[in-house]
Amino acid sequence: MADAPDVTGRLPGIFLSPGIASFTEFLASAAPDLLPGRRGPLPAAVEEVPHGTTIVAITHGTGVVMAGDRRATTGNIIAQRDIEKVFPADEFSAIGIAGTAGIAIELVRLFQVELEHYEKIEGMPLSLDGKANRLSTMIRQNLGLAMQGLPVVPLFAGFDAETQTGRIFSYDLTGGRYEEHSFHSVGSGSLFARGALKRQFRTDLSQGEAIRLCVEALYDAADDDSATGGPDMTRHIYPLVAKVTERGYQRLPDDEVGAIVEQIIRSRIDHPGG
Amino acid sequence: MTTPFGYVGPEQLIRDRSDFARKGIARGRSVVVLTYADGIAFVAENPSKALHKISEIYDRIAFAAVGKYNEFENLRMAGVRLADLRGYSYDRRDVTGRGLANAYAQTLGSIFIEHNKPYEVEIVVAELGDTTEEDQIYRLTYDGSVGDESGFVAMGGQAEAISSSLRASHREGLQLGEAIRVALRSLEAGHQQGGQGTESLRTDQLEVAVLDRNRPRRAFRRIAGAALERLLREASRGGPGEAAGKTTAASDTAASDTVEPASAGDAADDSPEGEGGGRRPSAG
Repeated sequence: MADAPDVTGRLPGIFLSPGIASFTEFLASAAPDLLPGRRGPLPAAVEEVPHGTTIVAITHGTGVVMAGDRRATTGNIIAQRDIEKVFPADEFSAIGIAGTAGIAIELVRLFQVELEHYEKIEGMPLSLDGKANRLSTMIRQNLGLAMQGLPVVPLFAGFDAETQTGRIFSYDLTGGRYEEHSFHSVGSGSLFARGALKRQFRTDLSQGEAIRLCVEALYDAADDDSATGGPDMTRHIYPLVAKVTERGYQRLPDDEVGAIVEQIIRSRIDHPGG
Repeated sequence: MTTPFGYVGPEQLIRDRSDFARKGIARGRSVVVLTYADGIAFVAENPSKALHKISEIYDRIAFAAVGKYNEFENLRMAGVRLADLRGYSYDRRDVTGRGLANAYAQTLGSIFIEHNKPYEVEIVVAELGDTTEEDQIYRLTYDGSVGDESGFVAMGGQAEAISSSLRASHREGLQLGEAIRVALRSLEAGHQQGGQGTESLRTDQLEVAVLDRNRPRRAFRRIAGAALERLLREASRGGPGEAAGKTTAASDTAASDTVEPASAGDAADDSPEGEGGGRRPSAG
């Protein structure tokens, strides 16, 4: 690894070269083996690896809410019951992942370092659009693997300090970046989640209502998609809900989400269809 | 041929280079690094708001430098890269100030010998521990020597005069405002020694930052403008009996300010960073 200094212990020249503010570009020169998507083509398509499933996000007056279920599946097997698929990308943005869990989590780690690295080198954070574009490039580099059955489809959302609003960006496998207004969902249960979102979304949702709607949309997704995990009341595993406002990224505590889940389940006893 | 100036012995060579580097460093303005109750404070004389002498390297590691800007800026970037690379390939906890100080020492050492001109810089790598006793302050000089300092360090300009002033006034367990004020007084003592007059420094001539033990993950925080004024005002009001004449005027105007000294750290935190900072997954 290039991290290991040469025989004199001196940092290699690439460390001292000016002008690169991107950690990914730096890795490409200093330690290309650490870059996701730099591996050669696989001998055969891969299927038997864990996949993450459904992520939803909703904008509201003062920011954006993102939530994800907690299930990872390998074929028909539940690979993990309490996987976390929503992460802080930095102080003011969140990233949720659907697709091949291993590659997606690696991508998120790199993206987190990328944003913090830029901020430290340049002395100021990237704009929200800058962050969204950067993610685009990183997904594009995974296109080869995506074609071989290892796709990664993230959902990115953050608080834009310039417009003082929450914004949502969705991506396709080729790195195409699309700004979503109001709400969006990705992953295997996304169609069902989107149905629920579409039916109940209003432009004047409060943050609390947006949080409840996210949890409810995930409930509907789990209702109809076997790969999306519903709330697990016996083990107290609830969806992971994060809010991003001008105060930054905050993950909701489990007991708060648990209380919302209980309300939803109670109302569903009388009306299973929501 | 290749030795147009004749032979120069290694002793002479090293002496010349050291003199050259030392002169360059002494020409610049000074930086003070000192521990306080909740972390490590950095105070630099720096009128520029954009060209920093103090920077964040990693979660609990910061960097301060004096000397030639382009040279220490190079080192700073290298440090950020090394730390981020280590943290990405292993884990965030595996990035240490000691590792960084070693890399800097080797790099500065070989530049000192191999390059035509040594780097005219002196740097501090400070790492926050869980307690004051575990705080680490490494001082590195132009030739790659490393010193493990305890309590405080002064670099650049009249570093000797500043150090002796710090030795007299720095003690363990200072509150943040007091610590900044101690640093400020020392910098002014350096001015007097250097014949630059006895004027007190204004807050807009200072670059101040801290590694704050109470912050969740990224401990580094800059303090400027009104927050800095407030801290200094509170220190001069509630400080330990050494209220200097220069700040008593300010403390009168602050008498109606109801912010208690104990909350100084929180009140000064005008950055919008919320509670989420500490929740980044430590490993994927």
